[in-house]
Amino acid sequence: MIDRIVSMGAMLLLASLSLQAAGKYGDLDHAGSNVFDQASVQRGATLFVNYCMSCHSAEFVRYQHLVNDLDLSEEEVLGNLAFGDQELSDYLLAAMRDEDAEEWFGVVPPDLTLTARSRGPDWIYTFMRSFYLTDDGWNNTVLEHPSMPHVLWELQGIQRAVTEQREASGGEVRTEVVSLELDQPGAMSPTEYDRAIRDLVAFMEYISEPAQLTRKRLGIWVFLFLSLFTFISWLLYQEYWKDVKK
Amino acid sequence: MAKPAINFSRPFEVVNDWINERSSIAEFNRKHLTEYYAPKNFNLWYFFGSLSLLVLVNQIVTGIFLTMHYKPDAELAFASVEYIMRDVEWGWLIRYMHSTGASLFFVVVYLHMFRALMYGSYQKPRELVWILGVTIYLVLMAESFMGYVLPWGQMSYWGAQVIISLFGAVPYIGDGLVEWIRGDYFVADATLNRFFALHVVALPMVLLLLVVLHLAALHEVGSNNPDGIEIKANKDENGRPRDGIPFHPYYTVKDIFGASFFLLIAAFIIFFAPEFGGYFLKPDNFIPADPLVTPDHIPPVWYFTPFYAILQAVPDKLMGVLLMGAAVLILYLVPWLDRSPVKSIRYRSWMSKLALFIFAVAFIRLGMLGLSQESSTFELRFWTFLYFAFFILMPIWTRFEKTKPVPERVTH
Repeated sequence: MIDRIVSMGAMLLLASLSLQAAGKYGDLDHAGSNVFDQASVQRGATLFVNYCMSCHSAEFVRYQHLVNDLDLSEEEVLGNLAFGDQELSDYLLAAMRDEDAEEWFGVVPPDLTLTARSRGPDWIYTFMRSFYLTDDGWNNTVLEHPSMPHVLWELQGIQRAVTEQREASGGEVRTEVVSLELDQPGAMSPTEYDRAIRDLVAFMEYISEPAQLTRKRLGIWVFLFLSLFTFISWLLYQEYWKDVKK
Repeated sequence: MAKPAINFSRPFEVVNDWINERSSIAEFNRKHLTEYYAPKNFNLWYFFGSLSLLVLVNQIVTGIFLTMHYKPDAELAFASVEYIMRDVEWGWLIRYMHSTGASLFFVVVYLHMFRALMYGSYQKPRELVWILGVTIYLVLMAESFMGYVLPWGQMSYWGAQVIISLFGAVPYIGDGLVEWIRGDYFVADATLNRFFALHVVALPMVLLLLVVLHLAALHEVGSNNPDGIEIKANKDENGRPRDGIPFHPYYTVKDIFGASFFLLIAAFIIFFAPEFGGYFLKPDNFIPADPLVTPDHIPPVWYFTPFYAILQAVPDKLMGVLLMGAAVLILYLVPWLDRSPVKSIRYRSWMSKLALFIFAVAFIRLGMLGLSQESSTFELRFWTFLYFAFFILMPIWTRFEKTKPVPERVTH
């Protein structure tokens, strides 16, 4: 009996451990992106190639993947999502050369293939909505002093920070950003801009793991098959053990 | 005229006879399956041995396929894993089966070991089974650590950096030893290349050999059971244990059921949560290894965290490493630390039950503390103390506690 209680206790502790999987960053807005919404992923792809890919690559993604996974024809991908004379087997590489990037921004912009897996969708969503203009240029509440300027400012408009003087525990007074205010409207309304970023995040989630589209659909069938198999093997076990469990 | 009936089984019989005249396979089959008598009262805890074997086979088979596409080169390793995830047919499935398998290996092995502690499966005459088992666990730790380095992400790289540097605590030869392990002045291509060789060739062979020995030693003395009764002590007129049943077909069908239920859980993780909330695949490991950027926090994978917590409990590096090593190696002594006349916890007093419960809680709590960066030193030391107290005080309570009478025959 006691061994059963002990085992139950151990299982419960393990379960509570797995529930502790909390987010890595605090105070992020929920992206609410849906990688299965093909139209959203397609819109995100357009934003990605038009804005992000001037500087960033997605060096593990081929144009052919987009044809296979996003229900786009080869002509649509090469015509609308690729610039210059790319072929379907080519990777999504940035227009900018690494040496130029280093000269202009001080760093080579990171590859974005796996950012949705390393930082998470919520991080990207919040980051892309948290740029604000200061007298020294662009800053961001998610990533302080980013090397990257606000590329989408024409869409979002210009935000400025609302600050407050706060006394830290050590007694020193610091200026903290409490909120961001839209100072100059852009081509999109805030709702439209949020939706556009949600699309972009959906696309970045897709490129971070294209297999997830197959994985989750197939998983249901695997699960159903194994449930049936488990049931049948349980029947077999019961049948064999009838004479033992007398 | 009626046609003669075709005897379909005839060709099989011919082949069977041919083989039997030239080998002892039939005898092997009898000794280890059809006439290997296992106690009939195995419970849920007795699934984890065969499940470990299942996971081992999974790791070897998926590992072989991963090796066909993986490149053990600091420049190419990370990209080759992404190539497997994107361009290799079903590569993502093979990779997730391997990465999920690694974590589930430790889940089943930990439960298997806990079972042994609960029912005294290490006691005479099964000390050798236990010693081989602990050795398997040690080799498994090395195997999984080296495997974790191969994707060459930030956690792979910096995890290797931290773990290898622990060897630097060895007096006099520490620095040279660390350099010898890495094959370079820092974790580099040479390190990755040799870890690959050890991970895919050397250690799997050692593991397989140890598993064969572990099973051979077990079948020599026979399996223990939840009552801790020697079933061989009570045999019928044919010399068969009264409480034993042939492993095949009874436990093979039961283990097929256990395996399919286990696969159900494994499939759920593989298809719906392969990262398992960052425990099985860490977010930072999706960033390629960069020797110039140290991550803020370099926690080990979950199955190492209890020992990592013990390391952190001591400020001195050498003492910490020694204590961490002792935490694993002390397992070897368990058969001699336990002085109890009965095996199973069922017939021991509240003292054994409480001690084992506290030990289990301490192990899990240490695992949680090892994951976090801000664990309090007091708590680390408190649980480390309890972890060791379980082993060190074991000879005392097991000798003096009042045990209950053990029944003649097994119960269900």
